[in-house]
Amino acid sequence: MWDYSEKVREHFFNPRNSGPLDNANGVGDVGSIKCGDALRLMLKVNPESEVIEDAHFQTFGCGSAIASSSALTEIIKGKTLDDALKVSNQDIADYLDGLPPEKMHCSVMGREALQAAVANYRGEVWSDDHEEGDLVCKCFAIDAVMIEETIRGNGLKTMEDVTNYTKAGGGCSACHEKIEDILIAVNGRLYSNEPKAKKAPKESPVKPQLTNYQRIRKIEDTLEAIRPMLQRDHGDVSLVEVDGKKIYVALSGACQGCSMEAATLGGIQHKLVEALGELVQVLPVAALAHS
Amino acid sequence: MSPIYMDNNATTACDPAVVEAMLPFFTEQFGNASSIHSFGAQVGKALKEARGQVQSILGAAHDSEIVFTSCGTESDSTAILSALKAYPDRRTVITTVVEHPAILTLCEHLEKDGYVVHRLRVDKKGRIDLDEYKSLLDDRVAIVSAMWANNETGTLFPVEDMAELAHAKGILFHTDAVQAVGKLPIDLKNTKIDMLSLSGHKLHAPKGIGVLYVRRNTRFRPLLRGGHQERGRRAGTENSASIVGLGVACELAQQHMEVENTTVKRLRDKLERGILAKVKNAFVNGDRLLRLPNTASIAFEYVEGEGILLLLNKLGIAASSGSACTSGSLEPSHVMRAMGIPYTAAHGTIRFSLSRYNTEEEVDRVIAAVPPIIAQLRKLSPYWSGDGPVANPEKAFAPAYA
Repeated sequence: MWDYSEKVREHFFNPRNSGPLDNANGVGDVGSIKCGDALRLMLKVNPESEVIEDAHFQTFGCGSAIASSSALTEIIKGKTLDDALKVSNQDIADYLDGLPPEKMHCSVMGREALQAAVANYRGEVWSDDHEEGDLVCKCFAIDAVMIEETIRGNGLKTMEDVTNYTKAGGGCSACHEKIEDILIAVNGRLYSNEPKAKKAPKESPVKPQLTNYQRIRKIEDTLEAIRPMLQRDHGDVSLVEVDGKKIYVALSGACQGCSMEAATLGGIQHKLVEALGELVQVLPVAALAHS
Repeated sequence: MSPIYMDNNATTACDPAVVEAMLPFFTEQFGNASSIHSFGAQVGKALKEARGQVQSILGAAHDSEIVFTSCGTESDSTAILSALKAYPDRRTVITTVVEHPAILTLCEHLEKDGYVVHRLRVDKKGRIDLDEYKSLLDDRVAIVSAMWANNETGTLFPVEDMAELAHAKGILFHTDAVQAVGKLPIDLKNTKIDMLSLSGHKLHAPKGIGVLYVRRNTRFRPLLRGGHQERGRRAGTENSASIVGLGVACELAQQHMEVENTTVKRLRDKLERGILAKVKNAFVNGDRLLRLPNTASIAFEYVEGEGILLLLNKLGIAASSGSACTSGSLEPSHVMRAMGIPYTAAHGTIRFSLSRYNTEEEVDRVIAAVPPIIAQLRKLSPYWSGDGPVANPEKAFAPAYA
């Protein structure tokens, strides 16, 4: 069974705002072909103020699809359309205290339903530009289509290239065979590490000494070394996201909500600065929502 | 209220008699069966007895045809890779679209290495077309592998006939029988089946023990080479406790074969009838005339299986959805898709698989529990309105798919 948070379970067992909405003036019907889930979002928008006065949903889908739909309606009620459109899929996931990586697309579907419903209200046609493939990297939730497009778009040749550009494969490394298969499918063969891709992505804020791949490995190794100490106090830490200088971690067990949380994060940051040889900031996963 | 376990095609509870028989092999009977001293010799004797018990349930001609492995998957891989090694000029494998991933994933991998894989299609009831099968049998085929019983629907393939046809063309025949052993009478010595996989934990033995039956005189190449265990056909120190447990489980399964095909079957039929009488827009998947006695695969239209399972679980009822053993997968089961079951029904398919431990009272509880759960989820479904599907469901709700 999936490892759902209490919040997901609660929203599944007691969904808010479910069922048809009379007098809805904005309706969005979207689905995810990959898993067959589908969602209808119905909005009642005040034409004067553009405030969403009511929102209902109907969902054909799994537990987390229903919970994500329920969460979405709760989040957007009372917001103006413009403010509602700022809600990201990560906001939906955070509202539910996180979703398993395989189920993140449920929150994406929620956001798409919102865009579609707003477009419908405004008399526009919404079209989706995002194609979803098989989930390859479970650590960073990167799918096959994303990996393949990035390989094609940047002429990537090696496993390391793929990790540098997409983060895929930078975690547990169990997906390396699948990524190599995609590389072979695109390039016709597998290149060894020597020939580098043309250039690193421009927007990458990463220091040049370590490749993104090496850097993530180093961060993971460092956290791995810290974990036994936390576990002794019935706590734990795991890496969630690396965004340039910002490293987001999730504290769990006894660490969660502990009065010493700030000190723990400070200690982890100290170790990471030492290991990486650069100044980084360690942040709790909750900070990710506000970034 | 006590929990109800109806997911026996996923795995079964160890029979207490199995556990009891195993326990001494963790303590005083710890010897290595290969050792010359008495610690080993006693274990060797126990393994021989277990081998006989497995031989008996399979109706094998010789106990030396039984090769103990670690699981059904290992047995499947060993069988297919052995055939390809033993017949290097034959580069084709025939299998079916509805096999377990233990076969299908291996076959996909073989294709990458240049092997040709034919996957027999199935009809709406999950049956293969024997004419299509015959047309594919030629001297390029190294092995045919077809499951005896489907894990999701319980539908049986005519593996004995298929083996005859393969044999007539000089082609090896393997069957993945992990769902069939213990539920159907099997008499291998009177068939042309060359290899058969079984898995202990599907018949009340522990996890981590399997068997590959290899008919005498079948050309065989081991997967694991090393020591002389299993006559050199599967190296590695014997998992003696589990082998002893499997032997006892096979003996018990033989004793309960009639119960399985009378009592268990009657409970399964009652469950199906009871649910279908109260829930509309629901139907049974598979070949109702030719299937395992314990398996009920029911499609509930316009709702999704995971929601059903979570709500059943809340009531202490354990079942599984379409793609049972892969809760990491989101797609509707490949078996349902192969049978042409529409998405809106395939997603809502629930498998109840019973065992001899299930009771009438449990069946009654499940029959009472299911209808309100389906109704509750249909209330949330965009395909449903009031007490029936919306008119023209596929047209009325046609989402923009990403």
